[in-house]
Amino acid sequence: MSESIATKIDTSLLNKSDTSVESEICLDVKKLNLFYGEAQALKDISFKMKKNKVTAFIGPSGCGKSTLLRCFNRMNDLVDSVRVEGEINLDNKNIYSPNVDVTSLRQRVGMVFQKPNPFPMSIFENVAYGLRLQGIKKRRVLEEKVEWALKGAALWDEVKDRLDQSALGMSGGQQQRLVIARAIAIEPEIILLDEPASALDPISTLKIEELIYELKSKYTILIVTHNMQQAARVSDETAFMYMGEMIEFGNTNKIFTNPEKKQTEDYITGRYG
Amino acid sequence: MDNNNSSQHISHKFDQEMEGLRNKVLKMGGLVEQQIGGAIESLQSLNAIGAEEIILRDHKVNSLEVLIDESCTQILARRQPAASDLRMVIAVIKTITDLERIGDEAEKIAKMALSLAEDDAGFSSRYAGIRHLGEHVKKMVHDVLDAYARQDVDAALKVVKDDDQADDEYQNLMRLLITFMMEDPRKISEVLDVLWAARALERIGDHAKNIGEYVIYLVKGKDIRHLDIDEVEKDILS
Repeated sequence: MSESIATKIDTSLLNKSDTSVESEICLDVKKLNLFYGEAQALKDISFKMKKNKVTAFIGPSGCGKSTLLRCFNRMNDLVDSVRVEGEINLDNKNIYSPNVDVTSLRQRVGMVFQKPNPFPMSIFENVAYGLRLQGIKKRRVLEEKVEWALKGAALWDEVKDRLDQSALGMSGGQQQRLVIARAIAIEPEIILLDEPASALDPISTLKIEELIYELKSKYTILIVTHNMQQAARVSDETAFMYMGEMIEFGNTNKIFTNPEKKQTEDYITGRYG
Repeated sequence: MDNNNSSQHISHKFDQEMEGLRNKVLKMGGLVEQQIGGAIESLQSLNAIGAEEIILRDHKVNSLEVLIDESCTQILARRQPAASDLRMVIAVIKTITDLERIGDEAEKIAKMALSLAEDDAGFSSRYAGIRHLGEHVKKMVHDVLDAYARQDVDAALKVVKDDDQADDEYQNLMRLLITFMMEDPRKISEVLDVLWAARALERIGDHAKNIGEYVIYLVKGKDIRHLDIDEVEKDILS
């Protein structure tokens, strides 16, 4: 009898281990508390995030996940009456130390918001904006960096022939990828994504998710999402937050198949509330 | 709609996971096929060492079942597969249960071979019918794994139909073995070993048939279990 396909099958895929090499710690959060005036929005949060991993923050509205995300590039500094206690160490340096330059911090920690917010200028200028702020003036350098960023955001092929057209004429999904291109153009180390796909259709959403998967080889990514399935699809680690506390933080496979805490289980199975 | 859905997902990682799942099932199938072949061989030659190897190797089949189940759980939890992807995961979960049981049946046959070898009876030519049944069910497993790999409905349907022949052969063999026992009660223990082995082969045929049904479910989205096979054939091939 001839050999069946089954006995001839290439087994190379079987030998790849699912457990990746333990990567180094990129962000170390220690006893973080945040107050809006008297109201405490984050309570005693401590955890460590690994480099080149995607960490998703899930939880009901008002649980503090966006507030937490905004702590990582000190966006909360822009809100009056905010008080932050505790430490966030980026490469072993506390970003809340008095001598930290917030502008250079924000160059290291880029952010993309829920609603795509392209500037009312051309596609090219949108991506070049941050580069110009960095003092890059040479046209050729700008062109190279813009092309690199647009390719990185999986947008180049769609826009390369209309770089001088207004970014406002793009579709929502394209605009969101443009904003991601703008964020990666200045080569940050960390990218914060606050509900990056909530205003997009399912196909654009999957494109953004695929982009996130590709970007994590270069960047550490933190994503806040209301969509639990999205967290399950894109993240390596998941944090579940509730009422300003981090209830559970761990490997995404574990959280979505066998979470430790009942509150997490109730939330991800739709029993919360 | 294209039933043989090989086009790519937007997420390449998802493609890799599904391809990895398919390969793991085929790897498990290949191992199970070797186990059946080895078990039948050890029964015919009464090779005690060969039989022991089969028995020891069954844990590899079991480990693959656990590994593949884990992969399926992760895909269900993280990818929320739909349509053909969902059917693929469901079919895999069911297929590996049957493959694992085929592995158990092969182990049983090897144990019977070991028992016969210890009795030092010699494999009588009177039991030649079991070789035929063995070859038949081995081919069924081989064919159904190819049908799975190629997502070939016709080939899967043929395996489903082939099970009738396996059942008939088993019935004939059983009648023959009962006659032997009546003729010579001193041989009852030996003949019973052969009968248990024949029973295991017949069960392997049933499992191959089940897998054939899952292949049809996977490709056509139709659950044909417990239905009249001629009706099913008309329905599917129309």
